[in-house]
Amino acid sequence: MKPAPFEYIAPNNLDEALIAMEVNGFDGKLLAGGQSLIPVMNFRLAQPAVIVDLNGVTELDFIRPNPGGGVTIGALTRQSRLEHDAIVRDRVPLLHATIPFIAHPQIRNRGTIGGSLAHADPAGELPVLSVALQARFKLQRYDKERWVNATDFYQALFMTALEPQEIMTAIEIPPLPPRTGWAFQELARRHGDYAQAGVATLIALDDDGVCTYARLVFLNVGEIPMVATEAAQLLVGERISAESITAVVNHAIQHEIEPTSDVHASADYKRHLAGVLTKRAIRQAANRVTS
Amino acid sequence: MTLHTVTLIVNGQELSAEAESRLLLSDFIRHTLGLTGTHVGCEHGVCGACTILFDGEPVRSCLMLAVQAHGHIIETVESLGTPDNMHPLQEAFHAAHGLQCGYCTPGFLMTLKPYLEQNPNPTEREIREAISGNLCRCTGYQHIVDAVLLAAQKNHKQENKHQ
Repeated sequence: MKPAPFEYIAPNNLDEALIAMEVNGFDGKLLAGGQSLIPVMNFRLAQPAVIVDLNGVTELDFIRPNPGGGVTIGALTRQSRLEHDAIVRDRVPLLHATIPFIAHPQIRNRGTIGGSLAHADPAGELPVLSVALQARFKLQRYDKERWVNATDFYQALFMTALEPQEIMTAIEIPPLPPRTGWAFQELARRHGDYAQAGVATLIALDDDGVCTYARLVFLNVGEIPMVATEAAQLLVGERISAESITAVVNHAIQHEIEPTSDVHASADYKRHLAGVLTKRAIRQAANRVTS
Repeated sequence: MTLHTVTLIVNGQELSAEAESRLLLSDFIRHTLGLTGTHVGCEHGVCGACTILFDGEPVRSCLMLAVQAHGHIIETVESLGTPDNMHPLQEAFHAAHGLQCGYCTPGFLMTLKPYLEQNPNPTEREIREAISGNLCRCTGYQHIVDAVLLAAQKNHKQENKHQ
């Protein structure tokens, strides 16, 4: 239960960190909050030769409102800061409301938004939210940078578009379209545990209560955040009713998620659970639509 | 093996000590600094026994490296009180039977100290949320919740006296 030996590098600014990753990216790991990396190092499931500690790169700890709405968040911003920030609360209420589902207060005091997004755990709340909100990520190397959409970032189980030498430095979350309601639902065996299933939902309704936009992204029922595109499309042009919700839910859980059985629950149970949570989430999101 | 010099403030006192990069902060506190009040349970961030204050905020010391504490302020359970002069939280845990074996207690205390300072009047439900990251296998939590409510009441009485 102790990490294997490694070389420790603690850059003081982003330039130093980018150089450290340019040199060590292939045998090194970036350490942000450490709430996932240190446990796997303690178990020796990960034995990186080099650790590049980002915690001294304080320029990556920020929350900025964007002129057109939405926010840009520095990758090193702690989850507890997001939980208590007024800009996040006002501009990205879905994110604000979901943070308390992440583990426990002590974990959120260290855990960072960028660390969680780059770690890409399919049971992580933040990857699911980033896909639901159509966020994009700034990925920097020493001599170049690029922006990647969250929907393209997640490729397979714990596999992302991040290159070994790259650092995720910022997350841009666009504003929600007008008349859009939001909801996040998950079920964990104990509060703060990894959820057995969960779903983030966005619903937009017109003046007559007809759905003009829907987005459903599932947590921990596939290798990556699972986007139910076809199911969401079934709701567009419909009113929110028991019938329309049932059609959406049935399509999503039968065709657009891929849960696997584990010691706690069968795949069938998780499908059922995802459906129950989706029904609740669609109702809740629709009720949050304001003109 | 490279040794790093870690200079930090521990319970109000500035200290320097050597640490290998892979040394966990929890082991640094216990073995290098000799402060064995901080307990180590699971070593993967689940149990909360090793909770300390890092720059005033409760964190798991088993999920940090000792080298990461360089230039920072940490507080351990030894900072709270002494047997003759206990912290109000410690008194309340004693009075309300908030511990049996005591293994988890330092983690609970270090989680609750800043929590009560920031939330002087918590409800039972809020207390349960605040301690959700700490496991106790003896008490069933009820007596811990009682202790926190008692400590909050005592704090209020103290404040009223001063007014």
